[in-house]
Amino acid sequence: MTIEKQWQTICHKDDLVKNSGVCALLANQEQIAIFQVKDEMYSVGNWDPIGKANVLYRGLIGDTKGDIYVASPLYKQRFVLNSGKCLDDDSVSIKAYDTRLQNDEVQVLV
Amino acid sequence: MSAKQKIVVVGNGMVGHHFVDEMAKHEGYEITVLSAEDRLAYDRVHLSEYFSGKTADDLALTTPEHYNELGVKFFTDAKVTNINKAEKVVSTETGDKYPYDKLVLATGSYPFVPPIPGKEREHCLVYRTIDDLDAIQASANSGKVGVVVGGGLLGLEAANALKELGLQTHVVEFAPQLMGVQLDKDGGELLRNMIEGIGVQVHTQKATQEIIDGEDCVHRMVFADGTHLETDLILFSAGIRPYDNLARDFDLQIGERGGIVVNNECQTSDENIYAIGECALWNNFIYGLVAPGYTMAKVAADNIIGGEQQFTGADMSTKLKLMGMDVGSIGDAHARTAGAQSYTYFNEPDDVYKKIVVSADGKTLLGAVLVGDTSEYDSLLQYALNAIELPEKPDSLILPSAGEKPTLGVDALPESATICSCLNVTKGDIISAIDAGACDVAAVKSCTKATTGCGGCAALVKTVTDHELEKRGVEVSTDLCEHFAYSRVELFHIVKAEKIRNFDTLIEKHGCGIGCEICKPAVGSILSSVWNDYILKEDHLPLQDTNDTYLGNMQKDGTYSIVPRMPGGEVTPERLIVIGEVAKEYNLYTKVTGGQRIDLFGARIDQLPDIWEKLIAAGMETGHAYGKSLRTVKSCVGSTWCRYGVQDSMAMAIFLENRYKGLRSPHKIKFAVSGCTRECAEAQSKDIGVIATENGWNLYVSGNGGMKPRHGDLFATDLDDETLVKYIDRYLMFYVRTADRLTRTSVWLENLEGGLEYMQKVVIDDHLGVNAELENQMQAVVDTYQCEWKTTIEDPKQLKRFRQFVNSKAVDENIEFVTEREQIRPARGEEKRYKGVQIHTVDISEPEAETV
Repeated sequence: MTIEKQWQTICHKDDLVKNSGVCALLANQEQIAIFQVKDEMYSVGNWDPIGKANVLYRGLIGDTKGDIYVASPLYKQRFVLNSGKCLDDDSVSIKAYDTRLQNDEVQVLV
Repeated sequence: MSAKQKIVVVGNGMVGHHFVDEMAKHEGYEITVLSAEDRLAYDRVHLSEYFSGKTADDLALTTPEHYNELGVKFFTDAKVTNINKAEKVVSTETGDKYPYDKLVLATGSYPFVPPIPGKEREHCLVYRTIDDLDAIQASANSGKVGVVVGGGLLGLEAANALKELGLQTHVVEFAPQLMGVQLDKDGGELLRNMIEGIGVQVHTQKATQEIIDGEDCVHRMVFADGTHLETDLILFSAGIRPYDNLARDFDLQIGERGGIVVNNECQTSDENIYAIGECALWNNFIYGLVAPGYTMAKVAADNIIGGEQQFTGADMSTKLKLMGMDVGSIGDAHARTAGAQSYTYFNEPDDVYKKIVVSADGKTLLGAVLVGDTSEYDSLLQYALNAIELPEKPDSLILPSAGEKPTLGVDALPESATICSCLNVTKGDIISAIDAGACDVAAVKSCTKATTGCGGCAALVKTVTDHELEKRGVEVSTDLCEHFAYSRVELFHIVKAEKIRNFDTLIEKHGCGIGCEICKPAVGSILSSVWNDYILKEDHLPLQDTNDTYLGNMQKDGTYSIVPRMPGGEVTPERLIVIGEVAKEYNLYTKVTGGQRIDLFGARIDQLPDIWEKLIAAGMETGHAYGKSLRTVKSCVGSTWCRYGVQDSMAMAIFLENRYKGLRSPHKIKFAVSGCTRECAEAQSKDIGVIATENGWNLYVSGNGGMKPRHGDLFATDLDDETLVKYIDRYLMFYVRTADRLTRTSVWLENLEGGLEYMQKVVIDDHLGVNAELENQMQAVVDTYQCEWKTTIEDPKQLKRFRQFVNSKAVDENIEFVTEREQIRPARGEEKRYKGVQIHTVDISEPEAETV
């Protein structure tokens, strides 16, 4: 059986913080971090696999060679927002979700 | 407990002082210094700078405070007149007795004055001590013409001093040329031409027969060849003689022509008595330079503690600037070695003369003479000292670079190569320092002390360091990060000069990309130091590290700790009770910090505003424990309660903490104020340390505890309240402006060119003319202070950010505590029920879901 992905409505666009992150709970109780970088939105898992805490939404956003990433607020490892790839440690990665705005509501593809 | 060994040091010149510094590194010795002079050791190498504005204090190598810190007893005006070798006691002119286990004679030397009739006349002086310089200055004020007798290295330096004092200056030399020891005939001749070119008359082959009354000037010097020269002032600089009279009088072996005979351990003929420096005769030779003296000091100290270091002679090569002219001499400058051959390059129009002396087989460099251009000195010296094989055409080493010029790569140097000869630092020492973590020139300098003697090796130390770092793949760039090709200092100036008030404008005009976790907080800090806006304003919020974003210190599990400010560590029982009640209500782990305040751990992000509301209602404010900013001003109770306190350190600590709280800086800043010299507040380990004296406050700067402890430097003494605050304003604001990101004041000062002395000039003498600006900027920061937590809880938009989820009131399940010693602590992995992110299945009953 395959499970088809669905858009989940998370919050109003005004709940986001410009050039910073917020945290939300998916229906399955999983935590995600949602970032607004200029006019783009990105969603990734909120769990820091290295620091082992739900904190990624509190990290600083940066870019390097075209990749936009969040740096963990605990030990500074960088995770690319549109892929979940960790730039500093190949052995870990986080989930990345498609994100869109629908009638001013933020939706995440789960 | 065994009694401490008593070490008595006679003489406190540069070498005697160096011995004290070396000896004080070891425990178990009681060091006593007896100096016949009325001041402690000072720098005689740079003595002439006394006339170009340096004071006796500038030249001082140590201070009573420093010796006190080292636990060294010292007595000035204490001339030793007796040594009782059998009972091991020395006594002074005044009859005071000092027993010793080991006696170290560092009595130095005195200027030789040739036995010329008339040498006792008024205004006939020598050039050796600060007192001599005062006498020279006084004489110069009443005359127009000055003569230096002696055309050696010291004589020319003295001639420069007379010239700077405005005298019409002459040099009279007995030999046919200047600097006969170091230079050959042609080199001496060129130097003479250059010196005469700047108006100093040189008279060689002149033997002074007598000094009589002059007609136009005070004196007339009559020479053996019948000529004469009139002058108002005569300075004798005809060599030195060892001060060995103590050894003579008390039966220590003396050389035929003077000097206290020492062996390779620097011991005299009495094994409990050592002699070092210019009073010591080693291998029938007296070394008149400071570097061999320093080596002797080290050897003597090592032997006293039971070590086996030996003094085996020293290289007398020298490089210096005389009256603005570069002169260098290496090894066998006169080609006296059998079979030696020379190569010479002489460029008369440009006043450059270079000669190298090579061995008969042409393979090794024996010596060199450089006049007018000493740029090759460092590499030539390394060839000579390490017997590195010369290139096929040795003259290519000194010829102007018409074509390929072989350069001596520092790689070719063996690890045993001496890089800094004053402090005897080898290439191997520099490599060890780098291996131990030194990652720039400043760190290497502070580790090895290289360059801190004459400073002549600075360029070579930098080359070796950079080269070793490059070998290890360390890139040397001062760019802040890939988004800004500027250092923090440059960005600070840009922000100030262009009045830039937010990150977006700055990166648009001067950077690229969107920024990163390095430049954002750095720029956030700069903007805050300059404009002091609320740091969580919409523009600034995305720049802050998480600690600043949520105004707390994030702990390993994502909770925060809370630290209310307690200026000076003072707290009323009422507030203490409120803190206790809050901790109890929210079940927070409670601990007293090293900075004399209380830290409450384990608050969830959503609890922070409520907690702060309660603390603020009780009259408390944020402690900035999360910021790169002023942390605490530690204090003792001082004269308010303590029997020993001499000033009200409590009131001063509270005043200072309230003044500088909220100042954003390159790194955290810690203060302390002690009420007396017992120093209970440990002020000397703080960025800014204030210690009460009977007359006011002593200010210490750039101390550090933590990873790399550093004793604060005494910056100024006996300050009144107002001056103290002014100096701190200026010092801190200068640091905020010029330090690199995440650099504490200790490292900053050590890396700053000119170091402490430079900062004293800037802050005390207003050397740069910026003090008014620094004070105004600090005052602006003080005037715009706000408690960030108060502003935050009054702003509903801000409060919205303090929630774990934008779409749920649930709490983070990963935050779990267990109880230990009656308080909470974060549960460890194996103690947790929550196991992080699991594989989840999608809940298709979610009503808002929509199939794609």
